[in-house]
Amino acid sequence: METITLPRAALLVSTLLLALFPLMASTFYVQLGAKILILAIFALSLDLLVGHTGLVSLGHAAYFGLAAYVLALLSPKYEAASFWLTLPVAIAAAGAAALVIGFLVLRTAGIYFIMVTLAFAQMIYAVFHDTKISGGSDGVYITVRPDLSVAGLNLLDLENPVQFYYLALMMMIGVYALLSRVLHAPLGRALAGIKANESRMRSIGYPVFAYKLGAFVLAGALAGLAGYLAACQFGFVNPEILAWHQSGVVLMMVILGGMGKLHGAVLGALGYVLLQELLSAPALLGSYAKHWQLGVGSLIVLIVLALPHGLAGWLERTGSWYRRRRSSSAAEISNG
Amino acid sequence: MFYLIQLLNGIQYGLLLFLLASGLTLIFGIMGVINLAHGSFYMIGAYLAFGLAKLTGNFWLAIPLGLVIALALGIVLETTLFSRIYKRDHLYQVLLTFGLILIFEELRSILFGDDVHGVAVPALLDYSVRLTDTLSYPVYRLFITLVCLLVAAAMVLVIHKTRLGMMIRAGSSNREMAASLGVNIPLLFALVFAFGTALAAFAGMIAAPISSVFPGMGNQILILCFVVVVIGGIGSINGALIASLAIGLADTLGKVIAPEYSGIAVYLLMAVILLWRPQGLANKT
Repeated sequence: METITLPRAALLVSTLLLALFPLMASTFYVQLGAKILILAIFALSLDLLVGHTGLVSLGHAAYFGLAAYVLALLSPKYEAASFWLTLPVAIAAAGAAALVIGFLVLRTAGIYFIMVTLAFAQMIYAVFHDTKISGGSDGVYITVRPDLSVAGLNLLDLENPVQFYYLALMMMIGVYALLSRVLHAPLGRALAGIKANESRMRSIGYPVFAYKLGAFVLAGALAGLAGYLAACQFGFVNPEILAWHQSGVVLMMVILGGMGKLHGAVLGALGYVLLQELLSAPALLGSYAKHWQLGVGSLIVLIVLALPHGLAGWLERTGSWYRRRRSSSAAEISNG
Repeated sequence: MFYLIQLLNGIQYGLLLFLLASGLTLIFGIMGVINLAHGSFYMIGAYLAFGLAKLTGNFWLAIPLGLVIALALGIVLETTLFSRIYKRDHLYQVLLTFGLILIFEELRSILFGDDVHGVAVPALLDYSVRLTDTLSYPVYRLFITLVCLLVAAAMVLVIHKTRLGMMIRAGSSNREMAASLGVNIPLLFALVFAFGTALAAFAGMIAAPISSVFPGMGNQILILCFVVVVIGGIGSINGALIASLAIGLADTLGKVIAPEYSGIAVYLLMAVILLWRPQGLANKT
């Protein structure tokens, strides 16, 4: 069976490291860490479709951005919106959009599916870009971050970068646990079956369309969670948040990290953000730093040609090659 | 009279889309490759027209020069990159061509900057036909319509009446069978790809004087081309022609009737087609 999640020990160690990170890092790196965690949630949600159901969606930023806009629209101008009210509404809106769009796009497959998901995402982009619903192409500010108080007691202050980091961390762990639970449950096995051989699953009697639609809605809702957190963090939303460039970037994270593995999506988000920081550092590259996408583009082309299984697959291969070498040399020693 | 002008504009825009979408649909249909960078070829064409017209001082000289460059670019890309991903999953094709878009956009930014540039309408065609006392129609737009019609007719003829067209149709419907009957598939693929690239670049070149050249112009039109291909059906030239005209008219008339919502009209049309005929207008299920 394929490994979907990391072994328990590796999970514990990485969770511990992530939890201790704000204690040793400066504010800049804590904020960067929170950004990585948010993008990891986004990549995890897409991996459910791409890596586990075999649906290549090129319009996933639509649900991410839609939830971000819901927070922007629900936030009063000079006061904090309630976290407990806006978060469920944002996630529900993203899920509902995924339900309607999924119902249409899942009628197609293959190349059609890729193009149609992109086209519908672009439609939502056009809605926010061309109309005056929410600031048009200029976007809107969320001046005060949502408030997490319960019965007058403030649980977390989102204006504080460290506390925001812990919120993002909890959400990421929650999503990771949820997805690993779902994927090991009958639902996840059915999705894996659809990915491997859809017509066989249909002839066994599985309602394939309903399963795919369910996965599409869940992925959309989780992308909404990530988008909501991103809007919280930046305090600003403009149409670029749901542009197709964003959809391409998250797809890249999933593939870079290695599809079909939950830790792969997290690795992909980490790798992409670090790469972006490195290539856009003026200290390193001078005036070429603003053309950082040139480096990203070239690297993608190279990776597609050289590493067909992503970073996680490559690590796994080199790992198993190393173990084989060690065990064979150990065998030689005991034989000799 | 006003609506006649919009109608002409819609047809002209639709035919321009057809130049792009026909190359795209052939590349999908024959090689099974999804090429996101097709819009970049349109952008490259427009910037070639801008750069070469400035260099040579003559728009008519810039077009053949640009076409040669675009053909060469197509052949180089096909042999070095695309020929390696024909058999790979669509996912990697999406990723590779997404990477290409980033590279082309940044090279454009380094070479030409991020400003909007205009390209002068060639002096020969720089006048208008007067329709009424207040309305007139630029001759250059009529010229585009005419050129696109000629190219479209030539393409339909080549595909349906020549030996090359027969091989293309054979390769499109069954690649292995065509190869085993002696069709040189690698050469055919390189030809079709370079041809598609040159068509997209040509569309960008002749559109440059009316649309001006600006960053991101390729991505905007790429998505409309996708909609055309989805509506028309993959691999079908006739479907692409009908769908291009429908989208050109819907977009242009939409901008006149409800400017704020015109961006959505095209996608609603696509949604209706998806419900009614998910395989596209021209393909039967």
